[in-house]
Amino acid sequence: MRNSVPTSSIGKLLYSTNTTQQQQQQQQVSLDVDVMLTGELNPNHYPARRAAQVVLHHLNTRYGSPYWWGALRQVHKATAEALGDSGRKYSLEVTLQDQISGTKETCTAEVVFPGGPAGGPPQVTTSYEGKSEINTQAQEEALYNQYNTSQNLLSGHNLPDSYGHVAPGMEPFWHLGGVASSFVMLKESSENTLYNMAQVVSVTQLATENNQLRFNYDVLLHEMVSQEIIHWKLLASWSPQEGVKASQMELLPKCHHCEPPQEH
Amino acid sequence: MFNNNVNFLFGDSLSLGVSEKLWNYNYTRYHPMDEISSWMDSVVEQNPKLVTSLVYGQTFEKRDIKLLKFGLPDPGGLEKKAVWVDCGIHAREWIAPAFCQWFVKEILQSYNESDVRLTKFLQKIDLYVTPVLNVDGYMFSWTNQSTRLWRKSRSLPPQGCTCHGVDLNRNFNANWGTVGVSTDCCSNTYCGVSPASEPEAKAVTDFVGTRVDQFLCYLTIHSSGQLILLPYGHPQITAPNYEELVSVGKAAASEMKKLYGMEYRVGTSPQILYANSGSSRDWARLLGIPFSYTFELRDKGEFGHLLPEDQIKPACEEAYVGVTSILSYVYDNNFPNDKLPTAAATACVHVTGLIVMTTLATLLVTLGSV
Repeated sequence: MRNSVPTSSIGKLLYSTNTTQQQQQQQQVSLDVDVMLTGELNPNHYPARRAAQVVLHHLNTRYGSPYWWGALRQVHKATAEALGDSGRKYSLEVTLQDQISGTKETCTAEVVFPGGPAGGPPQVTTSYEGKSEINTQAQEEALYNQYNTSQNLLSGHNLPDSYGHVAPGMEPFWHLGGVASSFVMLKESSENTLYNMAQVVSVTQLATENNQLRFNYDVLLHEMVSQEIIHWKLLASWSPQEGVKASQMELLPKCHHCEPPQEH
Repeated sequence: MFNNNVNFLFGDSLSLGVSEKLWNYNYTRYHPMDEISSWMDSVVEQNPKLVTSLVYGQTFEKRDIKLLKFGLPDPGGLEKKAVWVDCGIHAREWIAPAFCQWFVKEILQSYNESDVRLTKFLQKIDLYVTPVLNVDGYMFSWTNQSTRLWRKSRSLPPQGCTCHGVDLNRNFNANWGTVGVSTDCCSNTYCGVSPASEPEAKAVTDFVGTRVDQFLCYLTIHSSGQLILLPYGHPQITAPNYEELVSVGKAAASEMKKLYGMEYRVGTSPQILYANSGSSRDWARLLGIPFSYTFELRDKGEFGHLLPEDQIKPACEEAYVGVTSILSYVYDNNFPNDKLPTAAATACVHVTGLIVMTTLATLLVTLGSV
């Protein structure tokens, strides 16, 4: 929504004459003009898009695998509702696309961003009932059997590399890293963020435990609003039966003498 | 054989008549800065009647910031108008400099085919292309795997802070420092100590600023997100030609989608992405340049800034039709009594010529066999 501004204000806003150095460690400068919209939202605008991205991360944590990794394709409809102290709720209709097979799925979803100072991760429910067309079971079992070993444990790094390249044999572990990262991105998301995984810095297989393949991941996440690259470690476990789980998620500082960013 | 799209400015991309040196240049690979620099020299050397190059500033680390200027003499001797295209304000957005190189290749190919539309365009409008604006940052992103995702310039930390670099696209004098920026120098949206404090932003400000009356259009190329952003980044200010900017942007997105089905969303940054200030696009519009857009090229987050080389060609083809759609509109809007011939009309000339030649050839053969 665009609001017209009185002419006298435009002159003041147009060119900043502030030339003094900012000494304080101020974080993002923002104006209190971001009125949280309620009701029908434009599905192409950022509030609906950010909520839809949260749905995507939720679905990846539930259904993702080395052979199924969802991406947001389209937002069809979106509404938002204030829940008072409990936060805000988005109702959405979205189309996801599996990045590997290209198959699309449309579903409805609700995302609640909790209110109050405690914050906390968004809560998501969807009408999605599972991948309809593509059957990845055979591929998953073949991969599982190939790597269910205590010898010659897999390791890799820079997926994709600087040129966007992922070696064919490493692609399932790039996908798995993306899916496991969705656990982090889901819990870190708010109405002020939009997360994607930028890169798997390293993946190192550990011995299988409880029939789950296990991998230590070092990943770089891209957060769109701040444009920051955020470094996380996590332990991903996977089997065709259990799907993907992430644990031991740890934020790493940007540099060795830096503090991790504040909670928003 | 020929495309029916009247918004195509520069014709088919046939590889005719490009000199050997440039012919070997691989436009579907990412190139480090030294290769881009020597490529720029080759472009000028091989096409002296069409292109000149100009150093218009220096980066923080004292490297040249260079543009290529495309233009042809106006038969009427009138003063030329101008269009600006820059790539690589943000170091990690490698597809942007790749697009500027691709764009130049298309111009050279069209010129070598004596494309009528291109000739007419360049007779009236000079085209300024900066393949890499943030040279220091781009080179830094090539240093090793750990620097690949660098975004900012490489200026030294200011007093009281410890990190390098300024987000050049928050440093322009356009509502500077008001929204969507950080004053923490370690942040990726750090806007610098003052408007146009950074030499890279200052170079553009000085060059375009002293020629503002000539400039009709300002395009700045980024990745990723698949967006066409129009001014302004501040949520409370609307450009006077907002409706026109939207319709021209949507026409460009529509052309882009025809190629590979890729959606490009069109709108202001506060609508479709986030509020921001100090962008070059906003600065250009505030100056009075009527058509100012940020292109965010592929993709939508799957690879992000690490776009695979096998997507360079389709991404650049898409961007090309989007950019030329806007440039065609800008031309026709400014020279309404002397519009560009349509691509279909140009092609008809080619096809008619072919038919005539074929008929003649058939006739000659027939006569010869009698």
